[in-house]
Amino acid sequence: MRRARKETPLVARRQLADSAAMARALRRMAHEMVEKNPDESLILVGIRSGGVPLAERLRGHIKEIAGAKAPELGAIDITLYRDDIFEGLPKPEVGSTELPSSIVGRTVVLVDDVLYTGRTIRAALDALMDFGRPRRVELAVLIDRGHRELPIQPDYVGMTEKTTRNESVQVALAELGAEDGVLLLERVRP
Amino acid sequence: MTPFAHRHLLGIADLSANEIVQILDLSDTFLEISERAIKKVPTLRGKTVINLFLEASTRTRTSFEIAAKRLSADAVNISGSTSSTTKGETLLDTARNLQAMRPDVIVLRHTASGAPHFIAAHVDAAVINAGDGTHEHPTQALLDCATIRKHKGRVDGLTIAICGDIAHSRVARSDVLALGKLGAKVRLAAPRTMLPIGIETLGAEVYDRMEPAIEGADVVMMLRIQKERLDGAGLFPNTREYSRYFGLGLRMATHLKPDAILMHPGPINRGIELDPALADGTRSVILDQVTHGVGVRMALLYLLAGGSAEN
Repeated sequence: MRRARKETPLVARRQLADSAAMARALRRMAHEMVEKNPDESLILVGIRSGGVPLAERLRGHIKEIAGAKAPELGAIDITLYRDDIFEGLPKPEVGSTELPSSIVGRTVVLVDDVLYTGRTIRAALDALMDFGRPRRVELAVLIDRGHRELPIQPDYVGMTEKTTRNESVQVALAELGAEDGVLLLERVRP
Repeated sequence: MTPFAHRHLLGIADLSANEIVQILDLSDTFLEISERAIKKVPTLRGKTVINLFLEASTRTRTSFEIAAKRLSADAVNISGSTSSTTKGETLLDTARNLQAMRPDVIVLRHTASGAPHFIAAHVDAAVINAGDGTHEHPTQALLDCATIRKHKGRVDGLTIAICGDIAHSRVARSDVLALGKLGAKVRLAAPRTMLPIGIETLGAEVYDRMEPAIEGADVVMMLRIQKERLDGAGLFPNTREYSRYFGLGLRMATHLKPDAILMHPGPINRGIELDPALADGTRSVILDQVTHGVGVRMALLYLLAGGSAEN
């Protein structure tokens, strides 16, 4: 039986970052990655769908840094690893996972747009491990909005925002057909 | 993606073209898992799949078992010779007893047409028809569509010839329905004795000679002569004559379109309906059909095992 889930409408409250602030945050994160992993070619793995364009942008910023090795790119789909897949919601679409030939012994940076409960990252870690044993896995997120339900910490954070559970954070990206920006939305009770 | 609106998969007849495409797309995604070093995802952890095969099968049963295991479901296999049906238990009692063990999916193959529909009405588990008598074999049709789509890039607008024992073939019936829904033109070629009455109503063109049927066809699908279902029915004079007129031998193959692909649901009677050189030749996609079978069945288990469809 399907559990009915009432979706209350979301209303935009304010912009947390514009396109320039987003670019600054990503550039800083790229510098931190190079500082932390000098002389190493990283594998940036974007979590579908929001993390994938961010991983590409981070790679672009890293390539601009003098002396930094160009990272490889990957994309991971976590649908089949979710812990809520049979919670009565419609079956989510399953995307493809594309990783460079081997992640064994490499440093992998998981990239996502919003860090919230940490459950997506848990699923992504499980998915990643099925492809081999990386030497180290790090986590980069554009925005950390708190409310973790699992012991998961980001290594690189673009911005941090205290939110309530009633709110929602959306990262709009040019690659996904919107204008760059981070928006805070609120669920309104009818 | 619209949610999959079915509780069971009993036949292609129940599916819309969109739903078929949805299954094929999912199947392509799941096939990628079979290419990994660790061929397993945790999606159906804690789900139980019972493969109840009351008629001989290796390919389909193994395919369902592998599909279940690659999704981390627990698969239990029951075959005709080891089940209590040999002690005289009715299908309904078997189904009720299995239901009492709370499976999430029951995959049923049975000699009686309609058996999956019957048990679907009596169990809570999702029922997948893995072949019922001479009625339908939906997962075979889906894997055929997946294979054709991969090799030809589409199904819509293709001409597909299905040759052989149409009357006894649930594969032919499901294929005609599925291919028709996806927009292909289906031709059926068989001796008149092997064509069921009213087959034209399914929307296929019927030929009583093979040459014109395979002429210009993009896909030629050969069916097996089902000796176990013929039991001396005298539908054709002898195997040699059948093979000459309705088998795909090297001489008959000269009528094939240069880029036609060859399919066969298996098991092949080598040298009767299909020449071994063709079965193993470059046109043959028979083993690819088997590979796609796992993907299609993973897709169906994913869509049905959660029990989340509206009912």
